Amino acid sequence: MQRSVIETAASLLETGVCTRVLGWKTGEFFYDVTPAVFTSAEEVRKDMVFTPFCGANLSKYLIAESRKEGKIAVFLKPCDTFSFVQLQKEHRICRENVYAVGVQCPGMSDPDALKALGLKGLTGCVQEGDTLRVDTLYGEKAVPLADALSLRCRGCKSKRLHDCDAIIGTQGKDLQTSRFAQVEALEAMTAEERFAFWRKELSKCIRCNACRNVCPACSCETCVFDNPDSGVQNKAAASSFEENLFHIIRAFHVAGRCTDCGECTRVCPQHIPLHLLNRKLIKDMNTLYGVYQAGADFETKPPMLAFTLEDPEASIITQGRNGQ
Amino acid sequence: MKTWNLSQLDDLFAAIAGRQTLYIPADAAGQPAFTRWEPGLAMTRALNTGRSAKDLFFPQVENLAAFQISGKTISVSPAQSPEEDYVIFGVRACDCRSFDILDSVFLAEPADTFYQARRAHATVITLACTEPEETCFCTSLGIDPQAPGGDISCWMAEGRLYLQANTPKGEALLASLPDLGEGEKPETNPSVFDKLPLKDLDFSVFQEKPLLDWFNSPLWESLSQSCLGCGSCTFVCPTCQCYDVRDFEGGGTVRRFRCWDSCMYSDFTMMAHGTNRPTQKERFRQRFLHKLVYHPNNHQGQIGCVGCGRCLQKCPISMNIVKVAKALKEGSV
Repeated sequence: MQRSVIETAASLLETGVCTRVLGWKTGEFFYDVTPAVFTSAEEVRKDMVFTPFCGANLSKYLIAESRKEGKIAVFLKPCDTFSFVQLQKEHRICRENVYAVGVQCPGMSDPDALKALGLKGLTGCVQEGDTLRVDTLYGEKAVPLADALSLRCRGCKSKRLHDCDAIIGTQGKDLQTSRFAQVEALEAMTAEERFAFWRKELSKCIRCNACRNVCPACSCETCVFDNPDSGVQNKAAASSFEENLFHIIRAFHVAGRCTDCGECTRVCPQHIPLHLLNRKLIKDMNTLYGVYQAGADFETKPPMLAFTLEDPEASIITQGRNGQ
Repeated sequence: MKTWNLSQLDDLFAAIAGRQTLYIPADAAGQPAFTRWEPGLAMTRALNTGRSAKDLFFPQVENLAAFQISGKTISVSPAQSPEEDYVIFGVRACDCRSFDILDSVFLAEPADTFYQARRAHATVITLACTEPEETCFCTSLGIDPQAPGGDISCWMAEGRLYLQANTPKGEALLASLPDLGEGEKPETNPSVFDKLPLKDLDFSVFQEKPLLDWFNSPLWESLSQSCLGCGSCTFVCPTCQCYDVRDFEGGGTVRRFRCWDSCMYSDFTMMAHGTNRPTQKERFRQRFLHKLVYHPNNHQGQIGCVGCGRCLQKCPISMNIVKVAKALKEGSV
């Protein structure tokens, strides 16, 4: 797969289909890849990679990159293509300047997942079928690929590649997986338990804004929290509950536009499972307004922008009124 | 050298906590952090905390003063400097070196009184490393992870904790713990440090060329290209020390506080003189040149990095001081 990705990228540059390629660049280790723009086939062959550690969703970079001169080719995994479509739906990407190459994805692994298994000092990694052979400073360890998957990829919603000009690998299908299992486990808790869970998780927040900055649904040119003239710019929490509110409000703000790519959880330096907030809202919207997947097509109106007289009026207030 | 049975580490923590407030690295919802010790709190098995030990001297948010406005009069109440003695246990050699770097900034005249008070009231107990991560590179910055320093150095070996006082403050604390035994630390095998992939980094080149050579490097464009502009690297960094001063206003009361700021943020240094940093390239360049060139230039060659590897682990796009330093060095040849 990696060889096809690199050769495709190199040939797109050599044949002049595009002038730039947005892909993943190798790092110091096997896992620390960086999103990068390549401008020559030589650079691509030297530094470009596609491994189970290329988790970064490249679609958001297209907001800026597709406005530059010349055509850019981009490599997108299935879940990245949902963001790609959703951003187009929001008129954030100049599609005519993009050549989209879909890459089939086996599920992305994560060094944090390896470290959670007790591995230390990760120095090398080779994939052999369903097993990762990981070299560490303390010897070689074999890890089943499934155990190295990042949290968000356990319960992948779809292997379908949307709106691509070319596909490497095979077109995939939507999957019937249990991606709401963790949400259901939280729903099964008592209100007090759930409150304690989220307080514990969200209290770790250091307000670094990585979740917001990586999020393809957070595409404002200047976020209200970065605007010194907004009056709400806040670098410090006014109370111990403020970080909690920030994340809850952000989840509501992107509701109906969040494709569930899970980048928020991948980038969180404090390991807060932020994607669970978004998944809860997706699950609720599916229940209340019919199943909807952001970024799955260009036509369907998102539930938060559509209104019918039959819409349920779900709220704590009406539940209370009805004695529920 | 003093010694203690590791299976009774809780008893030692209890003995220290009986005298002063004690902070240890403990797991908090899957993320190790320096946490106030209470009976039952176990030390993490992780190598280091997610956030660095600087939090204990330079907290993320700190009140400076309160103002009460009534009619045309304003009464000002400065915040009290911290006055409580406390102990930090389990600081690694990298974080301990970061205190020297923070000292060179906060204790230079005029000294930062809040930081100064916390430093004066703290006893730092360090812990030698035996199992480094691949992201560790403190040894390439002249730090010995097996001789970690602070007021008391500790080693864990063969089921025992060994404690060596390095300062009068450390000696006083050890003397106040009468149940400690006497012993000699067994030799440890440091060969794993020779296998660290980043052990041969060399930052000296940044002092050898003029500042403007680095500043004007064409590489900043591509290095900063995919930077998200978040504050992860700055907030987990043990040597980042920039802060902002802000007011919370509530009716007739104003609370003035300072909080960590990040040179990666768009409004950082946005000032009336109009020379702020307009794009992520300038912000990104500032962060790395501050560590590699500006701080050493102003502080007798002291590099503003301790090789803890947190930015290597935490950056969402895996861009970090190691990659930047290597690229600049190669690009300058």
